[in-house]
Amino acid sequence: MNMRVNLAGVEFKNPVMTASGTFGSGEEFSEFVDLNRLGAVVTKGVANVPWEGNPVPRVSEVCGGMLNAIGLQNPGIDLFVERDIPFLKQYDTKIIVNVCGKSAKDYCEVVERLSGEPVDMLEINISCPNVKEGGIAFGQNPKSVEAITKEVKKYAAQPVIMKLSPNVTDITEMARAAEAGGADVLSLINTLTGMKIDIWKRQFALANKTGGLSGPAIHPIAVRMVYQTAQAVSLPIIGMGGIMTAEDAIEMMLAGASAVSVGTANFRNPCVTEEILDGMQNYLEQQGISDVFELTGALL
Amino acid sequence: MAEKRRVRGRIIRKEEISPGIFDMWLNAEEIAASAAAGQFVSLYSEDESRLLPRPISICEIDKKEGAVRLVFRVAGKGTKEFSRMAAGMELDMVGPLGNGFPLQEKAAFLIGGGIGIPPMLELARELNCEKKVILGYRDSLFLNEEFRQYGDVYIATEDGSAGTKGNVLDAISEHALQADVIYACGPLPMLRAIKLYASLNQIECYVSLEERMACGIGACLGCVCQSKERDAHTNVNNKRICKEGPVFRADEVEF
Repeated sequence: MNMRVNLAGVEFKNPVMTASGTFGSGEEFSEFVDLNRLGAVVTKGVANVPWEGNPVPRVSEVCGGMLNAIGLQNPGIDLFVERDIPFLKQYDTKIIVNVCGKSAKDYCEVVERLSGEPVDMLEINISCPNVKEGGIAFGQNPKSVEAITKEVKKYAAQPVIMKLSPNVTDITEMARAAEAGGADVLSLINTLTGMKIDIWKRQFALANKTGGLSGPAIHPIAVRMVYQTAQAVSLPIIGMGGIMTAEDAIEMMLAGASAVSVGTANFRNPCVTEEILDGMQNYLEQQGISDVFELTGALL
Repeated sequence: MAEKRRVRGRIIRKEEISPGIFDMWLNAEEIAASAAAGQFVSLYSEDESRLLPRPISICEIDKKEGAVRLVFRVAGKGTKEFSRMAAGMELDMVGPLGNGFPLQEKAAFLIGGGIGIPPMLELARELNCEKKVILGYRDSLFLNEEFRQYGDVYIATEDGSAGTKGNVLDAISEHALQADVIYACGPLPMLRAIKLYASLNQIECYVSLEERMACGIGACLGCVCQSKERDAHTNVNNKRICKEGPVFRADEVEF
């Protein structure tokens, strides 16, 4: 049975990846998961300089999901290059570095810095709903999506994934804009902006007031958006959004994804990525499917 | 690599020891084997709509029986679910997590406030020194009798129904107690007052902090607190409560 998938010329041993921001740079989860088994580790977003992130509380559970407003806390590219990349290089898995920034210049600085590093792909976060500058500001207007994609591509030595936000009227417009800007791969969806209020304390659950909703509650939205996007562009898609089980991952691939990222599920079960991979293999075996790629877009 | 797992803990017994406060012994050999005072475990709801683990401090460890004791307050739907579970039932757990209290061999205050009291019991058992245990309650008492085997116990209650009327620091001054090291767990206002007291009296002080957590293992950066110095891992003035904590030297964190 073939589990290998190829995205923009990079071969992954299987389509199971981690969603940025939920897995750090893999070190903490390496106690629970054999990172060698994963298709790729997608790191938490890294910027040109360290970011402190938002005040606490930063997370809150809601029915079937959670809100987070971490605010892209990260150690900055210097320490990341010195520590996180060598850590991941010990494992036989692909490294996808998620890049965040407050300005186009910030993104390009990180992307350029990574051009000489042994990373396999870059994922550009233009969809974080929890920071005032950068993040989603780049991802809600097709013109700026195209512009930032073009700009980043000038400096990138590795294939570029543009990570799209669901907080838009029509995600396919953003997907087309990223494609026009020269993106190699798309990943979707980031979190949906939400809010929770404690009625007894009359306080917002998060210090940031709003936060990104993730978890199984958003899975049907993610499947629908992957399906629409797969019809709108010819780029490969990494599908994510509330994948908790192998069934959810397979559903995402049938809707058009070439690979999947597992995010919030890691918080419910730190070993879940390996379990999803096992479950996908069992499904393929049961169904007599010899190549996992046959799933991709089978319903398009 | 990948030596840790989520395990099934089997409930040995469970009882309500005070209104809304539950005492639960769980059989979880791998967790009990390496646990220490001040560490916590993540408990997972059986209901998939409640995704996130509930971090609960370890109240007592029985390494021989491979069991851990958790004493928790019902604070929401997750802890309510745990409180309704019966002996023989199982639930998913990860642990032990975080760093516990450093065991010093000098005259100690063990100060617990409300639901911060349980981790002090295992600490009292593990510490080999002169111990004064100061426990603060709103009204009804729990666990206080169990501390007597380990040291002198002083009680403070907000309503004055037992011990000193007031808080734990009122009890300390009423009895003119003295110590060379302080260990504390409880609500933030209490911990802030203890930090100030320790600093004014130049006493080494350790506090156990809590915060809303998601992963519980240091990856998501949900539960940070501000640190005085730049933290080596995060590279900013933030420490992860679940990973570098929950126990910190009071003077290394801002809270």
